[in-house]
Amino acid sequence: MSLVKLTIDGNKVEVPAGTTIYKAAKQLDIDIPILCYMDLKDLNIENKPGGCRICSVEVEGRRNLAPSCSTAVAEDMLVRTNSMRVINARRTVMELILSDHPKDCLSCAKAGNCDLQDMAVLLGIREIPGQEYAEMSTYRLDTSPSIIRDLDKCIMCRRCETMCNDFQTVGALHAVNRGFEAVVAPAFEMNLEHSPCTYCGQCVAVCPTGALTEVDHTGKVIAALNDPTKTVVVQTAPAVRAALGEEFGMEPGTRVTGQMVTALKQLGFDYVFDTDFAADLTIMEEGTELLGRLKRHLEGDESVQLPILTSCCPGWVNFFEYNYPDLKDVPSTARSPQQMFGAIAKTYFADKIEVDRKDMVVISIMPCLAKKYECQRDEFSVDGNPDVDFSISTRELAHLIKQANMDLNKLEEDDFDAPLGESSGAAVIFGATGGVIEAATRTAYELQTGKTLEKVDFKQLRGMEGIRSATVDFDGLDINIGIAHGLGNARKLLDEVKAGKSKYHAIEVMACPGGCIGGGGQPLHHGDASILKARTKAIYKEDEGKTIRKSHENPYILKLYDEFLGEPLSEKAHELLHTHYFDKRKKIFQV
Amino acid sequence: MSKYSKNINKKQIRIALRNCGIIDPEIIEEYIARDGYHALGEVLTRQTPEETIELMKASGLRGRGGAGFPAGLKWDFARKNEADQKYVVCNADEGDPGAFMDRSILEGDPHSVLEAMAIVGRCIGSDMGYIYIRAEYPLAIARLKIAIEQAREYGLLGKDILGSGFNFDIDLKYGAGAFVCGEETALIHSMEGERGEPTLKPPFPAESGYMGKPTNVNNVETLANVPVIILKGAEWFSSIGTESSKGTKVFALAGKINNVGLIEVPMGTTLREVIFEIGGGIKDGKKFKAAQTGGPSGGCLTEKHLDTPIDYENLVANGSMMGSGGMIVMDEDDCMVSIARFYLDFTVEESCGKCAPCRIGNKRLHELLQRICEGKGEESDLVRLRNLGEVIKDTSLCGLGQSSPNPVLSTMDNFPEEYLSHVVDKKCTSGVCTDLLEYFIVEENCIGCTACARACPVGCISGERKEPHLINPDTCIKCGACMEKCKFDAVILK
Repeated sequence: MSLVKLTIDGNKVEVPAGTTIYKAAKQLDIDIPILCYMDLKDLNIENKPGGCRICSVEVEGRRNLAPSCSTAVAEDMLVRTNSMRVINARRTVMELILSDHPKDCLSCAKAGNCDLQDMAVLLGIREIPGQEYAEMSTYRLDTSPSIIRDLDKCIMCRRCETMCNDFQTVGALHAVNRGFEAVVAPAFEMNLEHSPCTYCGQCVAVCPTGALTEVDHTGKVIAALNDPTKTVVVQTAPAVRAALGEEFGMEPGTRVTGQMVTALKQLGFDYVFDTDFAADLTIMEEGTELLGRLKRHLEGDESVQLPILTSCCPGWVNFFEYNYPDLKDVPSTARSPQQMFGAIAKTYFADKIEVDRKDMVVISIMPCLAKKYECQRDEFSVDGNPDVDFSISTRELAHLIKQANMDLNKLEEDDFDAPLGESSGAAVIFGATGGVIEAATRTAYELQTGKTLEKVDFKQLRGMEGIRSATVDFDGLDINIGIAHGLGNARKLLDEVKAGKSKYHAIEVMACPGGCIGGGGQPLHHGDASILKARTKAIYKEDEGKTIRKSHENPYILKLYDEFLGEPLSEKAHELLHTHYFDKRKKIFQV
Repeated sequence: MSKYSKNINKKQIRIALRNCGIIDPEIIEEYIARDGYHALGEVLTRQTPEETIELMKASGLRGRGGAGFPAGLKWDFARKNEADQKYVVCNADEGDPGAFMDRSILEGDPHSVLEAMAIVGRCIGSDMGYIYIRAEYPLAIARLKIAIEQAREYGLLGKDILGSGFNFDIDLKYGAGAFVCGEETALIHSMEGERGEPTLKPPFPAESGYMGKPTNVNNVETLANVPVIILKGAEWFSSIGTESSKGTKVFALAGKINNVGLIEVPMGTTLREVIFEIGGGIKDGKKFKAAQTGGPSGGCLTEKHLDTPIDYENLVANGSMMGSGGMIVMDEDDCMVSIARFYLDFTVEESCGKCAPCRIGNKRLHELLQRICEGKGEESDLVRLRNLGEVIKDTSLCGLGQSSPNPVLSTMDNFPEEYLSHVVDKKCTSGVCTDLLEYFIVEENCIGCTACARACPVGCISGERKEPHLINPDTCIKCGACMEKCKFDAVILK
């Protein structure tokens, strides 16, 4: 590629043609402030509408200022990023943006983690001229089971749109209305609940302000823990332990499993369990289901649905219920680990400790916002009592721990409680893309072939590419596996399935980039994909350290089948651990 | 004797409007009888596309939609970008308040645009054209549909036009009437069914336009010039106009002028000729104050600009622009602050909301102007007004925001004393800003009945019985009670 020479603030730099001024300046360690611009490099996601104009710079010979995020360099270009013309324009534009933004930072969910706030600090904004008579644009508050839209705080950066449309291909959010009234909203300005929103939360994860936030349940957690009549049970998802530390200043990828357990016990949870236990259970059910379908397929049964699709990601489940309702018999019927856990906790475990399910509160800690919605689904409750009462995100847990005067850095490690706290390494890797299918492979291989795996690491299933495929040799039988993370990638595989052209026997789908470790409820990665990689590494590290690395070897799982469920896909298992799907297309845009 | 002087036609040359009002736009034969489709025939049979493009370049025809980009050059870019499919788009999203030249051409001479589009198609290597027209132009749409049908019947659109092997067809795309959709990238997004908002250039439509294919976008008036230029030659066309701006320009004359309506004059005609000769001067013998050109994106020209030849460069040099050719004439009764507020009202409404300076900045400009008109403005507001205006121009994404502060900045430049009197003296000398008016008793009419003084809730009216009374403006709360009570029309607003 040809190189282009230019001068930025008096410094000469040479960059490939097509590079933006912003990136060229970065090479010179000149950090041009940005607001709407977002570059998730390793995921190939770039948002550069050129809307905020904060990154404007002066280019000699050009009539007006240039947005550096989206203006390509040219030979012998003379750029000034710090002329008074630029600084005045940037300040003035920032004052404008702030003049139309609520000033309730004290109680805003994004306070301390807000790009807009950071920018105001950076630019030293002390007053907003004319604020006393400046009209503010307002929009109704939209609350859904997972996500709150407070568009008074929207600065039209369009990052959510990029995630929702370009990356996820969900199409729930788009700019509507014009001028001062312009906002990002579902079609026909419906609420999220009546849109095709999957609650994946990727919009929340990239929102630079408090316009898109999760529904906060920390108050409910405190109320439950405060209620002496309740037995409060908590489960923690695998991806949480790989990211929670970041909220306490630890390096990305620091595993805090033991410290997290200590914190939860100190907070007063009666039983601190692990969703990983239920992940092992998922593998037992889903793996058996896969082998069953495979067997029928090999016997020539043409009615059998292959590939089997994983069903543990609730954002993904929502996605196919909206977009591929005609394929709703294809995914595994296995419930997600969160829901399997809830069902077992409120039956098997409640019986064991002789507590009525109505007096038990099951709380899940998830890297995910769609989990908040999932646990509210009607089919996951008994007589109006949900299997999982509510779900909080990794971020919410961090807030709770901080409120309780604890610093994760200083806590001793502790172990999960028994019996629902024991898990295999296979369960831990559920948190990363490819993990579920690798876990399933470990078990399915041994069940199918009757042989013991010499090497449990299926490295060919790991990685960060959006769509991956691998063939695993099941002792002479080639099993084709597809993996997608990000719903846009999933759509590509689904379209193949729909067209009858899929070559796979099993497909794993995770809605979020990188899998659960990049979930909408995780500490904000602010577009730094290296954080996602570090979290993934932490997950696989935990797997390596486990003595048991296959789900079907988890003794507590075996005991559960022995004492309670019978065998995988038994009637009891079907009742408690499986589900069915709905055609949600009809629900969209219907109030 | 009619008020329309004989000068009304003397200074005009009709090229774009050559057939308007002369032919029946629904009968293709009438267009053909006036050399219609001859230019297309010429281009298809006697010229190579390169030759036609060179001819257009030599003619000096520039885009009549606003920015004035040379048309031939634009075609050349689109031609040089190789692609399996290219498009010709006619921008008929005329949106300037008070401007209706494109509409008149489409209603009065639709074939001239169709013919020109086919010529563009031939030049750039496209077989499909679209006319992006606002749905608020039902008559233009109806006539275009008839014209397209007739042209197809005559083999002037469709396959193998005039036996040349060249295929070209035209379809209509309707716009919802957003002003910003006149900006070509926004227009293309709207055509694609996307939200009508602009994106950064490059890439220009000539590289990646409609459906990602090379696309040439020209405005209606630009296209209407094309067939005549082909037939009469580049030399003829470039002999009309000024050094940098060739040919004619259609203006929509409106406001306080005797002859309102469309006029077409050679580039370089002075404002004085337009207003006082063709326009017949200011209504009711009042004094000329300013002319707003270029619509909401333009600025005000004043008395000192009366003898400046009107062309692209001179207008920009004087803080205005050609725009699509709206020209609103103002007299001594017009308040320039109110005028600026009026245009801002329009741009606030029409901003797409994509970039912050335009979305929020124009709103704040409007608020400041509103306050000044209400007498709440301060001198520091003028500093803010100017800074805001300049930053909005400097940082906005598209032409709308880059020009929306023009009415404010140019009125501030040309009428600083009016802004000052609004904020310092709290007076609107033109008497337009009602909040700045004061109640005043006309001595001659007052008989000293004291009715007003008794009605005044704050006791600010003084005067002896049977003597003229006086209102103290410092304590008056402008409730209007005195005026209501006075039976002798002695209380007035001034």
